[in-house]
Amino acid sequence: MNTSTIIIIILAVFVLFVIFLYNSLIRLRNQVKNSWAQIDVQLKRRNDLIPNLVEAVKGYMKHEKGVLENVTKARTQFLKATSIEGKAKASNMLSETLKSLFAVSENYPNLKANENFMQLQEELSGTENKIAYSRQHYNDMVMFFNTKIEKFPNNIFANMLSFKQEQMFEATEAEKKNVKVQF
Amino acid sequence: MRLMFDEVRSNKIKSWILIFVFMILIGFLGAIIGILYGSIYFGLAIALLFGMIYSLIGFFSGNSMILAMTKAKPVTKKEYPYLYNTVEAVAISASIPTPKAYVIDDSALNAFATGRNHETASITVTTGLLKTMNRQELEGVVAHEMSHIKNYDIRVMMLAAVLIGIVTLLSDFLLRSFLWGGGRNRDSKGGNIGIILIVVGLVLAVLSPIIGEMIRLAISRKREFMADANGAILTRYPPGLASALRKIASDPDPFVDHANKATAHLFISTPFRNKKGFVSKLFMTHPPIEERIKRLEAM
Repeated sequence: MNTSTIIIIILAVFVLFVIFLYNSLIRLRNQVKNSWAQIDVQLKRRNDLIPNLVEAVKGYMKHEKGVLENVTKARTQFLKATSIEGKAKASNMLSETLKSLFAVSENYPNLKANENFMQLQEELSGTENKIAYSRQHYNDMVMFFNTKIEKFPNNIFANMLSFKQEQMFEATEAEKKNVKVQF
Repeated sequence: MRLMFDEVRSNKIKSWILIFVFMILIGFLGAIIGILYGSIYFGLAIALLFGMIYSLIGFFSGNSMILAMTKAKPVTKKEYPYLYNTVEAVAISASIPTPKAYVIDDSALNAFATGRNHETASITVTTGLLKTMNRQELEGVVAHEMSHIKNYDIRVMMLAAVLIGIVTLLSDFLLRSFLWGGGRNRDSKGGNIGIILIVVGLVLAVLSPIIGEMIRLAISRKREFMADANGAILTRYPPGLASALRKIASDPDPFVDHANKATAHLFISTPFRNKKGFVSKLFMTHPPIEERIKRLEAM
């Protein structure tokens, strides 16, 4: 084998490597996008359910205006959030306000027995569950993608092909400690 | 998650291997039948044709047959929001389309999944189970079933069941033909080779259903452990399923009416009363519950 054949073979292997890497990065990144869309669906659903919940509860919990207002405020803040981390933080806060609302509703047996309220409660609790699962899944996909572009020698090419790290759907450590409802 | 990737691939390969091995077995049995009746090719052709028709029917309508056999009823979100939401949530975690939900009206605590692929999948739960399980336990059970669906376990198990069915029928036919003198041309095919082949064929005819059944069960048992582990990964909460299994183990009446040998291996826990003894251990469709709980708690 002469030198030029060897060079051609090396180049071919190199090109194939880049092609395979590129394709698998596209696949992983699309999985990230797809799983983000899933979270979005559940978050939107939660947002849509909340006004109904507030309406259903208003009449019964007349002396709990604070709790109700917190839920509405948290929802507004969530709608304003733009970055992934901002949304994660706002989502956590909204979950907390809902938890408080449902905890307080335990003191109102008439409310608890109300059909509409029970349905909403089940829907919201189911949706919180789905949000948790889709977050889990999204973060897993982000981890696969990020790991692949951080490893060597992939990182060199990832940079050149402009693949950037994705963000996990979570609040930072500092925030996790203070999930108090503050406005 | 990586675990699942490999399992999916290995299950798809296993499905093909199963088909291949059984086609050969069926072909062989068919040839022997052919020899007894005078034409190898005729026997082969009949066996393979019959095999294909049977397996196509079994494979494509297997789902509906099993659901009908166990009297499972499809349910909507309105009727059982708790169950529906749980199935949807776990499906999100597993990133497969949401399986259809079914309910069996029975006080026994049990569940099963069917579905040769993700799109035609379904998860069935007994009313008894719904009444006794809390959210984490129900999620554990649903996650276990979802893992079976996601891994294409169901496909492999259905294929195995169908193929064993064909082998059993052919073996039966072969034995009957031999016993009732179907060998018109036994003399003309004469010589040692012919006789050896027939003897081998008979041995196979008797043994293959038994071997096939044991293989199916062995595969089944390893699968149950894997489904437990994968289910726990899906929910990130092994104690949920462990606690559910504990409740199932102490169920005073594990009988599910309308379950039979054909459908038993699809349930999360054996739907028959556990008999003690070596032979029944060999033919157990599921590993012992205590063992499963131990493994989950060690996770």
